[in-house]
Amino acid sequence: MLRLPPFRLRTPSSLEEAARIVAGEGPAARFVAGGTDLWPNMKRRHQKADTVVSLMAVPGLAELRGDTGGNLEIGGTVTLDRVERDERVQTRFPALARAVASISSPPLRNMGTIGGNLCVDTRCTYYNQTEEWRRSIDYCLKEEGTVCWVAPGSSRCWAHTASDSAPMLAALGARVRLAGAEGEREIPLADLYRDDGIDYLGKRPEEVLSRVVVPAEADAGHCRSAFWKLRRRGSIDFAVLSVAVALWQEHGVVTRARIHLGAVASWPVGAEKAAEALVGRPVGDEEAIREAAKLVRRVATPMDNTDFLAQWRGVMAERYAESALREASGLEVTGLAPNHRLVG
Amino acid sequence: MNDENRSPADAAADAADTSPSSAGRYIGAPFRRVDGRAKVTGDTRFADDLVFPRMVFVKLVRSTVPHARVGAIDFSAAREVPGYLGHLVGDDLPIPFGILPVSQDEHALALDKVRFVGDPVAAVAATTEDAATEAALAVGVEYEQLATIASLEEALATPEPRIHELERSEGNVHKAVSYRFGDLEAGLAEADLFLDDLFYYEGNTHLAMEQHACVAVPEDDDRVTLYSSTQTPHYVHRALTRVLGLPASRIRVVATSNGGGFGGKSDPFSHEMVAAKMALVLGRPVKVVLTREEVFYCHRGRHPVLMSQRTGFTKDGRITAQHLKTVLDGGAYGSYGVASTYYTGALQTVTYKLPRYAFDGVRTFTNKPPCGPKRGHGTPQPRFAWEVQLDKAAHRLGIDPAELRLRNLEEPDAVTANYLQLGTIGLRRCIEAVVEGSGWRERYGKLPEGRGLGLACGSYLCGAGLPIYWNHMPHSGVQLQLDRSGGVAVFCGETEIGQGSDSVLAALVADVLGIELGDIRLCVADTDLTPVDLGSYSSRVTLMMGNAAIQAAERARELVAQAAGDALEVPVSRLVFADRRVFDAETPADGMTFQEAVILAEARFGTLGTTGSYTPSRNPARYRGSGVGSSPTYSYSAAVLEVEVDPLTGLYRPAHVWIAHDIGRSLNPVLVMGQVEGSVYMGLGEAMMEEQVFRRLPPSRSSALVHKMPSLLEYKSPTFHDMPPVTTYLIEDPDPAGPMGAKEVGQGPLLPIMPALSNAIFDAVGARVDQVPIHPHMVLKALSAKDRRYGPRAFPEVDFGPPLHVPTPAEGGDGRAIDDPRHRRTHGIRSADGTMTTREEALRAQHAAGLTTG
Repeated sequence: MLRLPPFRLRTPSSLEEAARIVAGEGPAARFVAGGTDLWPNMKRRHQKADTVVSLMAVPGLAELRGDTGGNLEIGGTVTLDRVERDERVQTRFPALARAVASISSPPLRNMGTIGGNLCVDTRCTYYNQTEEWRRSIDYCLKEEGTVCWVAPGSSRCWAHTASDSAPMLAALGARVRLAGAEGEREIPLADLYRDDGIDYLGKRPEEVLSRVVVPAEADAGHCRSAFWKLRRRGSIDFAVLSVAVALWQEHGVVTRARIHLGAVASWPVGAEKAAEALVGRPVGDEEAIREAAKLVRRVATPMDNTDFLAQWRGVMAERYAESALREASGLEVTGLAPNHRLVG
Repeated sequence: MNDENRSPADAAADAADTSPSSAGRYIGAPFRRVDGRAKVTGDTRFADDLVFPRMVFVKLVRSTVPHARVGAIDFSAAREVPGYLGHLVGDDLPIPFGILPVSQDEHALALDKVRFVGDPVAAVAATTEDAATEAALAVGVEYEQLATIASLEEALATPEPRIHELERSEGNVHKAVSYRFGDLEAGLAEADLFLDDLFYYEGNTHLAMEQHACVAVPEDDDRVTLYSSTQTPHYVHRALTRVLGLPASRIRVVATSNGGGFGGKSDPFSHEMVAAKMALVLGRPVKVVLTREEVFYCHRGRHPVLMSQRTGFTKDGRITAQHLKTVLDGGAYGSYGVASTYYTGALQTVTYKLPRYAFDGVRTFTNKPPCGPKRGHGTPQPRFAWEVQLDKAAHRLGIDPAELRLRNLEEPDAVTANYLQLGTIGLRRCIEAVVEGSGWRERYGKLPEGRGLGLACGSYLCGAGLPIYWNHMPHSGVQLQLDRSGGVAVFCGETEIGQGSDSVLAALVADVLGIELGDIRLCVADTDLTPVDLGSYSSRVTLMMGNAAIQAAERARELVAQAAGDALEVPVSRLVFADRRVFDAETPADGMTFQEAVILAEARFGTLGTTGSYTPSRNPARYRGSGVGSSPTYSYSAAVLEVEVDPLTGLYRPAHVWIAHDIGRSLNPVLVMGQVEGSVYMGLGEAMMEEQVFRRLPPSRSSALVHKMPSLLEYKSPTFHDMPPVTTYLIEDPDPAGPMGAKEVGQGPLLPIMPALSNAIFDAVGARVDQVPIHPHMVLKALSAKDRRYGPRAFPEVDFGPPLHVPTPAEGGDGRAIDDPRHRRTHGIRSADGTMTTREEALRAQHAAGLTTG
């Protein structure tokens, strides 16, 4: 079988210590939580580390709790399985429960964490391959090479974001807390990401994603949300497209909307123009939803670096945006839903 | 016919007056499989579970370029890895091998050239698997790159450079065949409707859960034992004998339980040769376990095939003639490819009356992992073409697709236009069962838009009529040893690959002797200890091993009965073997235990042992190439698949599958149903998503040609979320050729699934997809296409060579070609290892050997 290269494992018992180790070792050190992303990547040798710093012994990181303002706080090492099954998540943030439940398969959700999923490496079929395979294409821009084989004329890397929780939490307006050697800071979750397949995270290497804060104003009492994920099979697969929507309304009129897409860009790209097209229109205005869905397609840049034909994924961005918006608006949805079951 | 060739049914008929009888408790019942408990508790020892004292590990260094001459290989960095023990290169194992005698084109490690990314170049041994991995990554190989060929179209259009320098073909064509069975033009002239279609079937791989693994153990006196996850220990034994240059008697091959095979473990492989050689060199046990990626490179899976099929029909739906042309993308080596090429044409005749038939096939070489036999070997591709075209014909003629098939059903015991001798045919009952079960008559063509039903059929061999190397010896042998313990040891070369062959073997012997499964001790798949069985391929094991087992058990029963009959003073013909007793049928209380009877027999006859063997009878064909397709009998299947399709996205979902299989007789209905459902699952994978595909990079920047996704995550195969409910019907009509009437079930039920899906999508949305896998974008494109079709649009110019003309039985033919310049009666020459060749072949082989060793 594929073998892990040798490395040193550290298990610090505080965030400060964790950050200090990584800051001290530089790029030769990496954090690990559940390991569902890092270990296979290290076996294939496209992520390398002399020192791996486990966060699983840091106290407090695995807490899931409501704070006084009604916000929900999810610690970085809370497993995806716990998020998915948490009653508060299920009743107050049902689309988040659905997004998290769609990640990979039950065994990996038992190990994988919310922090890990938010920081999960971008993916590409030219990159997520073994060392020998990558030698046969002379590597790629993301790791050791000089060319992005997805778009050889381009100077950037087009690996796509692979997180299912990121677009949903971005649409809900969540914030993340980053703990470094000099203490913690909190930023909007959407600002954690950059539109670059290589430098995709806007955090310093030694910073730990310690907590996600999902705001009370985004819960089911205030906001209607939906999450649609397109993939080949009913389980296991990463998204080839996901659409996360959140709508706020007053007196039957949309007052605010957020739409974020997964897997069709290097970051969980926001479809701001599409969201704006809904504001001021009645909830469930089918014409407005169709207009918005068309605008969603414009921000999707599916490339030939994952499953399915890229052009068809573009077509599907519009279809899934329309379906997700209809669902969030309480309209009937017809056609094949996620997992390819007919609905309506 | 000599005695060895007599079927058990014949023997039973002759001996009915004098033979004892049996009342078994297993055959026909859903008895628990003999290896079931070990499989579910994890006790089964697969090859990777084996551990020996002082065992070391080998990793293969595989080519990172698609086509090149191999230059210097630098082991200096590998030697620095702690635990490094040594390496092998091509020159250490210079003798070529291959599964077919006509395709000895592989080397354990590249001698001069590599032909695809993943071709083995060198091997390193180290004390741990980690160290072997690091050492293998540290090996440097220089390559002088050659131009590459990525597809069957490119292979036909690119004669140079040649991937193999074959004498008997040109350019990058491996094998071309052409046949005319009867007067094709006369047949087509009778047609009122003439359909001319192109189809494409993408390649895919077996995806057995267990990755290939082996352990080679050096024994004293220059002997070596290889434990390997192989479906064909006998053929691996032959290949090792050749490559190691050791006498066969010094090499022992033991097939460990296979964690799935499906045809992917039927070839002798590089890692097996390397492990055995390294074990002999180091004097230590050597283990090799392939990674999933390496399994994709071993491949031997489904050939990508482009097909042109022209068929004539009369107004009332009778088939008048067919001309099928196939082009296969064979990958970089021969493997079973010559047989695969014939198989893309051979079985088009066995389901429906096809009075005149023309077949042209060609296999090409490309710089990709070699294709070979996967469940259905070469026949799912033309079966897809046949069953989709029948659906089209039914629509054009205004005849219900089920009715069209029923009108054309082939007759039992018929000899087809290409001289296949058929046996029983349960296809009518299969079609009736799925038509009834699915509500076809009420629902087909009448479901709302987006919902549809599709019907298709199939047929498969119950064992290849000829062995892989020409010989007159049995295809399967079983040896029994009975002793005073009352237990029976059963020795047979058969190989359990999950299909349940161990259970079938034990149950047949137990039932003939009237004893329990717990009384049977199995010793299987061990070339030192067991009589040869050719292997778990071509759906041959139940029929061939089963007949041999019955023969051996009946002979043992005869011996025990003689001793028991004398003691009981009862004629042998009145004795019954049942419930672990031997007793008088007329007064069942008069009897003794089976053990007591065996003790009497051992006292009277000495040590007790019997053998049984099976050799298929000769088929009626006498033309060159007719060996492929012949079988003792054929299984039949029919399926109806219901699908939901979203016309806005092209997404679809199979909602239900009804499938009926003509099993002859179920030896164990649960095992049979498991095979049927497994075939449905695998067929749906091929129909919906599985594809072994490759990509090039922009030629101005790179000469790479790589497997697109050699991983379990990205090579898409259905999960159980994607699996629809399946309703299975077992159609029983015992076939005289089968053991207790049984036919095969391992492969046949896969065949109808892919065309049934395409036909169902047509019923749902009125668009045709003439290729598999059917991706949703193809459905969407078909819906917007002028001809409402997605599929190949062109068929290349191909030189299939001069055709052989074989008059059909109806035309008074005798099975011979009328114009074969090479056809003459030749006597075979038997080599030291039992292989028969024609004089011409033998001279060619001697000449080739002279060239390579001189």
